[in-house]
Amino acid sequence: MTTTAVTPFEFFTVSHLTRIGNLSAITLSELLSGLEQCSDASIFHHTFQTLSSHHFLTEGFSNDFAQWVLVDANRDALAEQLAALDIRDYSSIAALRSDLCRVVRDFCQDHPEFAQQSALERFYFCESVEVTVPFGFSATTLDEFRDGIIRLSHASFFFHFITSRLRLQLQTNDFSYWLADGLGLMTLAESINHIDVYTNTLDSARAKLLRLVDRERRKHDPSADGDSHSAR
Amino acid sequence: MTPVQMATRIPLDEYAAVIGAGELEELRALAKPLRGRSVQMINSTAVGGGVAEILNRLVPLAEELELPIRWDVMTGGEDFFEVTKSFHNALHGAPYHAESHDFAIFRDYNERNLHRLPLDAEFVVIHDPQPAALIEGRPKKANHWIWRCHIDLSHPNRAVWDFLEAYVSRYDGTIFSSPEFARQLRIPQYLFYPAIDPLSEKNRELPPEFIADVLSRFQIDPLRPILTQISRFDRLKDPVGVIRAYRIVKRYFDCQLVLAGGSASDDPEGAQVLKEVLQAAHGDSDVKVLELPAWAPLEVNALQRASTIVIQKSLREGFGLTVSEALWKKKPVVASAVGGIPTQVIHKHTGLLAHSVEGTAYQIRFLLSHPEIATRLGEHGHEHVKENFLITQNLKRYLTLFLSLSKA
Repeated sequence: MTTTAVTPFEFFTVSHLTRIGNLSAITLSELLSGLEQCSDASIFHHTFQTLSSHHFLTEGFSNDFAQWVLVDANRDALAEQLAALDIRDYSSIAALRSDLCRVVRDFCQDHPEFAQQSALERFYFCESVEVTVPFGFSATTLDEFRDGIIRLSHASFFFHFITSRLRLQLQTNDFSYWLADGLGLMTLAESINHIDVYTNTLDSARAKLLRLVDRERRKHDPSADGDSHSAR
Repeated sequence: MTPVQMATRIPLDEYAAVIGAGELEELRALAKPLRGRSVQMINSTAVGGGVAEILNRLVPLAEELELPIRWDVMTGGEDFFEVTKSFHNALHGAPYHAESHDFAIFRDYNERNLHRLPLDAEFVVIHDPQPAALIEGRPKKANHWIWRCHIDLSHPNRAVWDFLEAYVSRYDGTIFSSPEFARQLRIPQYLFYPAIDPLSEKNRELPPEFIADVLSRFQIDPLRPILTQISRFDRLKDPVGVIRAYRIVKRYFDCQLVLAGGSASDDPEGAQVLKEVLQAAHGDSDVKVLELPAWAPLEVNALQRASTIVIQKSLREGFGLTVSEALWKKKPVVASAVGGIPTQVIHKHTGLLAHSVEGTAYQIRFLLSHPEIATRLGEHGHEHVKENFLITQNLKRYLTLFLSLSKA
């Protein structure tokens, strides 16, 4: 594979601090109020960021709101609806917040008897403070891209693969965007964008991505080594 | 104040086998813009207690990342530490009537320490209330000051907190171990979890022969299920409640219970609780009440690794790092939903939470009946600790904080 991109793919490392907010909720009605008032960084923290930090779970865990409603407020049906919101469908926090609020509001309207019930533990709204630093390596070819993917931490992989949607404001990710735009590999870009992070761990998602890249490399060079570096 | 001599160093590269080369590379990338920029950690004790334990591990790792970091311990007389102990309990919510004399002693020792130490590092991290007033020595907003609070401030004594808040509010930010421990403050409040060191004696892998030897020494049968709670003998850890839960489980499973904790001989209340525990266990040879020496990390490690299920049935809890220790060893954990425990035990994902003796017994029975679920919870628990509660993550949070403060 010798195609070289004019604009290299720059790998970044990302780290998040959690900032404790001043909002909290003990009832569903307070949760709704918090969802309406909290910062975008708070919605990000309890959805995108929490999925990243629980990347090893593949079933039943989607976001902090759903988990609190399930365990502390003991409302399985609402928890299920909140967990069903897929962050990959959103390219803006405003749209995600709107859907979270709608789901909780509808439930409270349909079940006013539950809206004011106290949960076992309080929900504390926090927010993410993101810090990014260049990793110090970049890729202009598919081979270099593959090597870079292997070196990424979970957080950095998640940053490029999932949270990039918010940055790009598109239904794609940094990897697919560059593969399509930089190397012209549209099919590969699309296949990578379809990898499911909810039913995969981040490690297995990365392994799938590498398999797709290797398949592409073998198309151009049948002797390309596909298994020498599996994802950690 | 004198710089602290570090304990045995574990090279940073050795953590690659635990956290992965990518995570280690990320630490180096985050540290690169901070190279050569000074950091100072200040607390009130060089040995004993969780803070000293964490700093003992954190400081050498930061040095390896080429951060000029020093750890200083403030000095104080008996009167100072008596006052700060009372403050500590009062901040936890214990009744206390503070006298103006107490505040004067606090101020006086902080002032004396101010004269001993140049507080000119770019990032100064003050741990806990004792040295909080050192902020008086801050050179005109020239550097970044952070107050790291390791205690629960959710229900503090008003007078003590008002006194302390006047200092705390002058920092650039605070760090708490749980959102519920925090206060409503105008400065940013960050969440840093306490951390365990996966390569320390308490957490590293052990040879099976050593574990077998420890079981044999304490006459624990390795062939029957072992339920374990590791905690000091303290009513808030509810050891008698654990025995009651065990007795319910025992009706269905031929299991053993291990209650192991530090020596209670120098703690009058601990000795009384131990007596109550021994009374509750009386006549049942399958209940092992073990009074371990104050420092017995390998024995604790072996008991945790030998356990079928680890229990933490606290009535109140700070963070409860014994839970992370058990999860790191891939043990299924049944624990109370109090303090920092639910952060570690995500119900049905990394362990099971309970709210009563009966609930605890039920969850234990469930796991003994479904070992495959117990195994899965343990594996997820291990990953959860790896992602959130290891010393390398703690270091990463500090690096991120320093970068964030620099950019601000």
